[in-house]
This record gives sequence, structure tokens and C-alpha cells, in this order.
Amino acid sequence: MHTGDYPLLSAMLLTPLAGAILAMLMPRSRPDYSRIVGYFTSVATLGLGVSLLLTFSKHVHGYQYVERHHWINVLAVHFDVGVDGISLFMIVLTALLFPIGLLASAREHDGKSFTVWMLLLEMSLIGVFISLDLISFFVFFELSLVPMYFLIAGWGHGRNVYAAMKFFLYTMAGSAFLFVGILTVAYLHHKATGVWTFDVATLTQWTSSATAMSARTGRLLFLAFTVAFAVKVPLFPLHTWLPDAHTEAPTAGSVVLAGVLLKMGTYGFLRFAIPMFPSAAVHFAPLLLTLAVIGIIYGAIVAAMQPDLKRLIAYSSVAHLGFVVLGTFALTTQGIQGGVFTMVSHGLTTGALFLLVGMLYDRRHTRLISEFGGLWKSIPILSGLFAASMFASIGLPGFSGFVGEFTSLLGTFLSRRWWAVVATFGVILAAVYLLWAFQRAFTGEPEGANVGLRDINARELATVVPLLALSLFLGFYPKPLFDRSQTAVRDLVAHVEQSANYHAPEPPAPTAEAGR
Amino acid sequence: MTAWLAVAAPILPPIATPRVDWPTVAPVVAMFGAALAIVLLRALVRHSRRLVDTTSVVLAFAGMATAAGFLFYQWHLVRETGGYQTFAGAVAVDGLAVFVQAIVLGACALGVLLGLGYVRREALELPELLALLLLCTTGMMVMAQANDLVVVFVALEVFSIALYVLSAFDLRRAESQEAGLKYFVLGAFSSAIFLYGIALTYGATGTTSLTGIATFLAGNTLTHTGLLLAGFALLLVGLGFKVAAAPFHMWTPDVYEGAPTPITAFMSAATKAAAFGALLRIFAGSFQLYVSDWRPVVFGLAVASLVVGTVAAAVQTDVKRMLAYSSIGHAGFVLIGLQVANAGASGNRLPGTAAALFYLLVYAVMAIGAFGVVQVMTQRGDTHHALSDYRGLARTEPAIAGLLTLFLLAQTGVPLTGGFVAKLAVFRSAVDAGQYQLALIGMLAAVISAFVYLRLVITMYAPNSDAENAAAEGAEPAPRVRIDPGAGIALFLTAAAVLVLGVMPNWTLDIAHQATQLLAK
Repeated sequence: MHTGDYPLLSAMLLTPLAGAILAMLMPRSRPDYSRIVGYFTSVATLGLGVSLLLTFSKHVHGYQYVERHHWINVLAVHFDVGVDGISLFMIVLTALLFPIGLLASAREHDGKSFTVWMLLLEMSLIGVFISLDLISFFVFFELSLVPMYFLIAGWGHGRNVYAAMKFFLYTMAGSAFLFVGILTVAYLHHKATGVWTFDVATLTQWTSSATAMSARTGRLLFLAFTVAFAVKVPLFPLHTWLPDAHTEAPTAGSVVLAGVLLKMGTYGFLRFAIPMFPSAAVHFAPLLLTLAVIGIIYGAIVAAMQPDLKRLIAYSSVAHLGFVVLGTFALTTQGIQGGVFTMVSHGLTTGALFLLVGMLYDRRHTRLISEFGGLWKSIPILSGLFAASMFASIGLPGFSGFVGEFTSLLGTFLSRRWWAVVATFGVILAAVYLLWAFQRAFTGEPEGANVGLRDINARELATVVPLLALSLFLGFYPKPLFDRSQTAVRDLVAHVEQSANYHAPEPPAPTAEAGR
Repeated sequence: MTAWLAVAAPILPPIATPRVDWPTVAPVVAMFGAALAIVLLRALVRHSRRLVDTTSVVLAFAGMATAAGFLFYQWHLVRETGGYQTFAGAVAVDGLAVFVQAIVLGACALGVLLGLGYVRREALELPELLALLLLCTTGMMVMAQANDLVVVFVALEVFSIALYVLSAFDLRRAESQEAGLKYFVLGAFSSAIFLYGIALTYGATGTTSLTGIATFLAGNTLTHTGLLLAGFALLLVGLGFKVAAAPFHMWTPDVYEGAPTPITAFMSAATKAAAFGALLRIFAGSFQLYVSDWRPVVFGLAVASLVVGTVAAAVQTDVKRMLAYSSIGHAGFVLIGLQVANAGASGNRLPGTAAALFYLLVYAVMAIGAFGVVQVMTQRGDTHHALSDYRGLARTEPAIAGLLTLFLLAQTGVPLTGGFVAKLAVFRSAVDAGQYQLALIGMLAAVISAFVYLRLVITMYAPNSDAENAAAEGAEPAPRVRIDPGAGIALFLTAAAVLVLGVMPNWTLDIAHQATQLLAK
């Protein structure tokens, strides 16, 4: 196991925390000081993230940069961190989206509190992705609700209080099951082996062995974990908090919510639910695949009907995350690779779209598609960027969206042909809802308030361009991402095959990862 | 006369009085002495009110400091030699007793700190408040040590009577009077029920000593358990009333709302700790053999408290009342710990007793903190604790709003606050005992309670509506909130404790764990 020379992951966790404390100490009358602290610490975290990306070894099996600390001895809770090919990109994505989110929020009121909450959110999200102890994972999983709640409630629009409360209660209700599930797993492990631990690796090894628990217990526990993660993703019947939260949140909140918070759910599937209960995962795969396909189609159809541009993008997230869950529960190397890729790609493209909608809102103080029109003529650069982000989101070849969704569909086709066939229609529907909205809002002749708008400025450009550039880069050259995630993904699939009575189909020829 | 005595002596053997074990009662004596000294001082020194006030504050803190010192000494004694009994088995000195006494003493100190500003604002008698608080704490400390049902009852009465008076302490407020009377009438009922429970238990076992009861039940098989079980039930009702567990909670909202806020803070934390200490000692200790009989009842009480506490709190529009209902909900969480009190006692599992003790400590800190903020917010006459009075507080008083947010998040059970670790401990002990349903019900109750607390949080952070702004321009500005030094210290201490217990709970959890292993034999 590769261990870094210095505690890189702890540093990534503590940098935003230190920034938050520092920003808290800045005078309220000078929010610019707090903002500078925010930029500085989030960029520093990104720097640490990049160095993590560069020093990450793609051939090592298991976790890297592992650190182990005692935390609550009586309860056998540790603070263990580490990173593998699945969590790596989530951490880097988190580190990338926060400086962008902060930069995009330079004009939000009460900059001090905003910065503090953003940095606390960044800390808890990084904590989620690096934790290798179930309780410390849960701690950060729950903790992330608080700053997000305040960001939506304090800086949101419209029915923000309602949306924030709904977001908090929905996810917390899901977590209730997760919490009891975690305690139960640890207890059963203790009863069988006499050792109290919440260590993910130890528990995974034990729970996935055939003798550990009855199939029924395994399935119940799988469902307990699944409920929490399905709310977060969100999967079809549990998604109703998302449109409200996304729409009412401030721009930076939406970017982070779509870019990272939703991924906590899919990451939870990959890290906990599937490896810990592989037989149950194989058993319930058709159910989750079906829900994912419903999400893809339903999300796309509902998105097409939205009069509000931001709400439209919110619903499109339901569809995109459907592809992630589809690939994940295809339980093939290609499917999961595609899922991981889509997680990153969706963070980039939807982030860009939310930023652009935020800019439109700043200019027109509305998000209703019917209020816009002819924007292409009045603000050509912003419109051009919107078009590019839109095509990236649709999954036009050359953008990351295509690679991710194609790979996950390919992986699904291998194991679950008909689900893949139906889900493919989602790709077409994505073109329908986005192009239709684009046509209504951007083409034609500008009239009334749509004339003479200010085009994008340098600061706004600096927020969108990196995301689009990365999406384009990964669209043409996805190899760096696939290379780093494939060891972990292969190990995961091998683990499922070994522990469950299951064989993952392989493609006939090594044509996987079509984008290579 | 002497001749008569000489004749009578052989017929009536002299009552064997137990040796007075001074170190054991030293904390209690110190508190009691301080209370008496304050009363005497007030009665004798009439010329300078200022002198009396200052001296009584000094006396009160001296008493508490002495008691704390002796508690430390007892803790070391217990750690080295294990728990022991004294006063002919009527008093137990063990980890449980010391832990609960420490909570009660801490609550008393914080209550005094909050009370200083309150008394000045309302122009009430400071020495009386201090003397009553100290007497009340004395009773609770005796209760924590009591190893005989009669001693439990005496302690219960001592602190209850002091609490009745404290609830009605604000003479000029009708609500306070009402709270005192209501608490007195219902409390007297519950005391009578408790006493009857003692009588029935005595009838069934022939002793009131808790150790004696355990020995008797272990050595004899009862052919008719009806009497004993009726005794259990009545004891449970009596103490359930004190801890504000549903369905014996009817008094709680009215009394918590009506009583002076510092008293509410003190009694929510300390009464719960003392009464749960007794519950743990009686049920998890003496009645352990009949666990299958009382466990379902406690299960029911726990679920009822969780449901009533959280659901009823959700519809309150008065912050004190809301916190009162949430206190019922927290009683439910501690009852989960009681329900599985000894289930995990073997090996390195976490016994429910330790979880319950830790929860009581964390609750004391969270509750005093939250009520402390309410105390700071209230205006002369103990008004201004409606939900609407907190609207927009974050803009005018960011520090106070931040503190209250911290305490409310802790009560929700958000990670990195003491509330999370406390819930983790309770649920872990429940799952240890195979009580998955109870853990799940508890978690879902926590979700509902999140709504309750967030509603208050959002009110503080909500901007004023335009109509209100317009109205506010015409009206005089709301009086600025002033934090007096006593309340400031209390809030700082509780906030720090909430965070420390959440981030570094090791040390305290260890102590709670040890405390349950060092029970008096």
C-alpha cells in the first residue's frame, strides 16, 4: 500500500477548515477579506488535489495515502482516510468546483458567512470521499447537510426556506436507515468475530463472505444503505427534493449540489452498498436498473416541460445520474467505468450550465424560458458558451458527456441488454429538451429587456471556461481518467464476481472505452 | 427518670446508628452548609443588600467548589477501590453516583450564572434564589447516591419542594405562579404514587434497600409477582414524571414555559440527570432479574416520549415551550439507553447505562445552552420568547443567533457536536442489544426533531418581510440584547462543551464507561 510522505488527505481536509475559521475571524464589515481567504484556501486545496492526481499511482491495488488515527475509542470509531481510483476523481472534482463556485458568487450578499459555509461544505465533502471508516464517513455525510442548508436558505431564491428544509429532511430521513444499517453491520461483525470495528475494508471483507450473514439479512442491510444513497442520487421515486433544492439554491450552491453532492449517493453505492453486499446487489440490480431507466426517461420528459431554465437543468440531472446508476448496477467493468466517468463529466457540464443560467438570472432577474428570446444576438459570447455546454451535456461526441454515457450504455448492453436499449432513448430526449429550450431562449430577434444586455465579463468567463475546457479535453482524451479508475473498478467487479454467484460478461474484443 | 431508662433499656435495644462516613457526604454537606449560610446571612445582615448579595454569591460558589473537590476525591477513591456502600447500605458511592452528581453540580453552577443577570433584571431576591438552587442540588445529589428506596424518596421530596418554589419564584408573573402551583399539585401526586410503589415493593420483598431487594429477588422465586410488578409500575410512574417521559409529561410544557428561564435551564438538565440516575440504579440494578417484565414498558415509554416530544414540538410557536417538548423527546433517547441498560455489559460492548449517562451529560450542556440563549433574549418580565421574536436575529445579533444555532444543531444530532456522539452511543447500545426497531424509531424521531430545530434556525436567519420592515420603521427599534457577564460565561462554557464533546468525546465517554463498571457491590 502506497503511503504518501506527508498526510496529503488530511491536509486537503484541514485546509478548507482552516480557511473557514480564518474567514470567520475576519470583520463582517469587510467581506472582501473573507472572500480573499476563501479564494486562497480553495485554490490551495485545488493545488493539493492536483498534486494528489499527479502522484496517484494507477497500478496500485487498494487504497493509497492511507492514514489511520484513533477517534472515539470506546465506540471503536477511527478516523481512517485513503483514496482509490473511484474516490480520486470525486475529490479532485470537489477541489475544482469550489474555487469556481466562490468566484461565481463574488456578488452574493454577506460574503463572510457565504464563504464560511462554502468552505465548511468543501471540508465535509472531501471528508466524505476520503473516509475509510463507516462512522467517520457518516459524520461527513451528515455534516454536509448543514452548510448546504444554510446556503440554500440564506442565499437562495423564491421558496428557498421550503426547499432547504425539504432537502435537509429528505436526506436526513434516508441517512436514518444508513445509520442503523452501519450500526447493525458492525454489531453483526462483532457478534461473529468478537471485534468491534467500523473499518470499511475489514467489514467489506467480512460481509461479502458467504458465511457472514443470511441472504435475507444481507438484502435488508443492502436496502438500508440503498435508501440513503438513492435519496442522495436521487433515484426516481425519491427525487422530489432535487428540483426544489437545485432551483432555489444560489448559483454556487447549485453547482456544488449537482457537481458533488449528488455523487455522494452514487459513490456510496460503489464504495459501500455494492462491495459490502455483493449478492444482494446482484439480486436487486434489476430493480435499481429499472429505477435508473425510469429516471432517465422521466427526468428527460419532465425537463422538456419545464418553463424555468434552471428547473430544466435540475431535472436533466435526474436523467444524467440515471446513467451513472445504470452503469453502476450493470456490474460490468465498462458500465462502472462509464458511471465514474459520467459522474465527473456531469459535474463539469452541469456545473457550466448552472453557472451560465446564474449569469442570465443576474442580467434579466428571471429564469423563465418564455421571457428570454434572441439572446444569441444580444449576448453572443455567453450564448455561444451556453450552446457549447449544452452540447457537452447532451453528449455530443467530442465532449466528455458522450464518452461517459456511451461507455456506461456499452457496459449495460453487455449484461442487461434491454435496459440499455430503453435508456438510449434518454440520449435523444436530452437533445430534445435542451435544443428546444435553447431555440426558444436564444434564437430569433431580441425584444424588450433582452436587447442591450451586458455580455459575459472576465470573471464570469474564468468560471465557465475551465469546466468546458476540461469537458472537451476528456471528450477527446479520456484515457487519463479511465487509466486511473480502472484498477479500482476491475477490483470491484472481481470482488463482486468472487463473492456473489455472478459472472460479469466481457466484451468480445477489447473495444471498451470507446473514446480512447 | 434515669431509673426508668435503666429499666427500659434492656427491653428496647438501642438503635444502632451507622457510623457517619464524612467523605461520602462531604459534597452534600458542603452544598447544604452553603445554602444554610446564605439563608442565615440574609436573615441576620439587614443593613446592606449589596454586601449580602456579594457574600451569598461567594458562599454559593465556595460551596459548589468544595463539593466539586470532594467529588474528585470520591472519583479517585472509587477508581482505586471500586464502588462501596456506606451508612448501613443506604448510600452508595460509585461511578454512577459520582457521574450524576457531577452533572447536577455543573447544572447548578450554570444555573447560578444564568440566574445572576435574571435576578438583577427582574429585581428579585438573589440570596433566596441561590439558597433554593443549592438546596435543590443537594437533594438531587443525595438522590444520585441513594441506595435505599426511602432515601430516594426523601431526596426526591427535598429537591422537588425546592423546585416548586423556584418555579414560582417570579412573584410578579402570573405564569410563574401558575407553573409553581401546577408543578406542586401534579408533583405531589407523583410523589404519592412513588411512595405507594415503595410500599408495594417493600411488601413484596420485605426490604427497601436496593441491594437487599436485588439479593432477595436473586435468592427467592416469587409465586405471585403481582405485588412486585405493581410496585415496579408505580416507581416507574413516579420517576417517569420527574424525567418528563410521555405519558407523564403533561406538566412539562406549562412549567418549563412559566418558570423563570434560568430555573427552566437548571431543572431540565439536573432533574433529568438525578431522576435517571435513580431509574438506572433501581431498574438496571435491583430489578435486573425482572428485566423481561419492565423492558417492554420502558420500550413503550421511550417510543411515546420520542413521538410526543418531537411531534408536539413541531407545532409550538413559543420557543420555551418548544424546547420543553424537545426535552420530552430527549428523555425518550435516554430511555432507549435505560431499556438496554445491562444488555451490553459484558466484554467491550457499550452498556446502555454508559450511553444513557453520556446522553444525560450532553443533554445538560445542550439544554442549558439553549435555555441560556432564551434567557439572554428575554426582556424584563420574562417576555419575548415567541418564535416571532427571533425573526431576523442573525442580522441584529449574529453571535447570539450563532450560539443558538449551535445548540439546536447539537440537539438535532448533527455530527461534530456532542449531540451526535450521544445519539451514536445510545443507538449503538440499542443495536448491541438487538433492538434494531428502537434504534430506527429513534433515528426517525431525530429527523422529525430536525424540522423542529431548523424551523427556529430558519426564523433567525430569515430576512424580514417588506411589510414588517415598514412596520418596524414606524415602531421603536427592538431593545438591544445585552449579554450579562454571568450568562456570557455560561454560554461560552456550554458552547465549548458541546463542541469538545462532539470532536473529542474520548475522555468523557471513557469516564462514563468506567462509571458504569464501578457500581457499588
